[in-house]
Amino acid sequence: MREVAIIGVKNTLFGEQWDRSFRDLVVEAGVGAVEDAGVAGEKIDSMFVGNMSGGQFVEQEHIGALIADYSGLAKNLHVPSTRVEAACASGGLALRQAICAVASGMDDIVIAAGVEKMTDVPASKASSALAAAADREWEGIMGATFPGLYAMIARLHMHQYGTTSEQLAEVAVKNHYNGQFNPIAQYRSPITVDAVLNSIMVADPLHIFDCSPITDGASALILAPADIAHEYTDTPIYVKGTGQASDTIALHDRRDITTLEASVVAGRRAYEMAGLGPRDIDLVEVHDCFTIAEICAIEDLGFAKKGEGGKVTQQGETAIGGRIPVNTSGGLKACGHPVGATGIKQAVEIVQQLRGEAGKRQVDGAEIGMTHNVGGSGATAVVHILSRNR
Amino acid sequence: MSVPRFWRKQIARYNLVGTYCKTCEEYFYPPRNVCPSCRREGQIGDFKFNGNGELVTYTVIHAAAEGFEGQTPYVLGIVQLEEGPRLTSQIVGDPKEMHIGLKVRPVFRRLGQSGERGMIYYGTKFVPA
Repeated sequence: MREVAIIGVKNTLFGEQWDRSFRDLVVEAGVGAVEDAGVAGEKIDSMFVGNMSGGQFVEQEHIGALIADYSGLAKNLHVPSTRVEAACASGGLALRQAICAVASGMDDIVIAAGVEKMTDVPASKASSALAAAADREWEGIMGATFPGLYAMIARLHMHQYGTTSEQLAEVAVKNHYNGQFNPIAQYRSPITVDAVLNSIMVADPLHIFDCSPITDGASALILAPADIAHEYTDTPIYVKGTGQASDTIALHDRRDITTLEASVVAGRRAYEMAGLGPRDIDLVEVHDCFTIAEICAIEDLGFAKKGEGGKVTQQGETAIGGRIPVNTSGGLKACGHPVGATGIKQAVEIVQQLRGEAGKRQVDGAEIGMTHNVGGSGATAVVHILSRNR
Repeated sequence: MSVPRFWRKQIARYNLVGTYCKTCEEYFYPPRNVCPSCRREGQIGDFKFNGNGELVTYTVIHAAAEGFEGQTPYVLGIVQLEEGPRLTSQIVGDPKEMHIGLKVRPVFRRLGQSGERGMIYYGTKFVPA
């Protein structure tokens, strides 16, 4: 297996972008990443695009070909383009497929992109589209919503471990604080614990400020074999580990409702491949689709003991400057959550941090970073470990 | 949900009929055709649950799922049946009376309707026992 490096990155703005289409967004991200890498179109061997539901959000399928076409890679170059779908983990899985393509020796220069255009439909339709990531026949039919499923995780976590609404709110407060330093973030203003606790209840105990927003956005990465990465950039970032795992589609079938076993196993697989453990990681982008999800994630990935995710957050250990900075980008909560793009955006953030290009949100001396992307209520998880050093 | 899609699992939804694996003595609701423990070794048969169980966790939903707008606030819970399997359902009753560990029993209720003139879906919800 060949070692793989990331040689180019780009995020579009994240937010409500009524003036920009699905294809505008993904082409901007793709072309931007290609420019960042300084690679010619003729060199691109393949592309993988994470997209949850073009069908429901913009009534467009056949996303792979569309994007290759409008990126100028189809008509003359006929670059193979594959759409990857795993609900909100679509981007992370697209990255993993791109890594596999390079590592296997099949392809050299590969684009991993992600995109979602969510505001061309009313918010109610967007929520309904997202609900398709849960079990439509046995959860959705009973009136389950995504906030509702994560609220049930939160309720049990509070019952078993004494986690409080204030601790949940601290996740949102931290991520909004970080988001103000991220020029692409959807929300760039700090909030307070009181503001979270006084915001309207969506699914008890989760308030609206415990939930990530609906977002338009796209992100892209360029991958190359590590051996030739220096031909394109002085600061290649190396892929040290990748892990993916599946679990039951429905929350009710999980062994332990407050543990995302897919996260635990995907994390373990990535750690084993990298020969590293949680103490070696300098910063991590986790899948905080809801505040409780970040608390579960830092426990499942070994950054906090089971049940203590809320406590360590409240103590500031996950803030920039803390023991293990979590979601320096602002996370899904403040940076925004264009579902197919999120897993790629997480890797863009880690690359920018490891290159030392993260501005006011820079983690000093960051050498090794992790991304953690979840589909649905935890039926898919994918984890990547990236490093400045080969 | 389309009429045939609902109809296919009507018996399971109306009467809490799931499946069980004779090899592992493990019970499944919603029904499964492949046992996750022994897979192809499994001998799968139907099993009708009496529906008595306990509330594992719950939420009170204020922002409704599409088609449930008229029902807010409603209680959604995960119920563990006596034989072991867990399922997602609505719990009928005062949200203030809900708590983890609450004993519940099944009731036959209207779940929803597909559009204004569409089919009415029925199925199993739960009430405090």
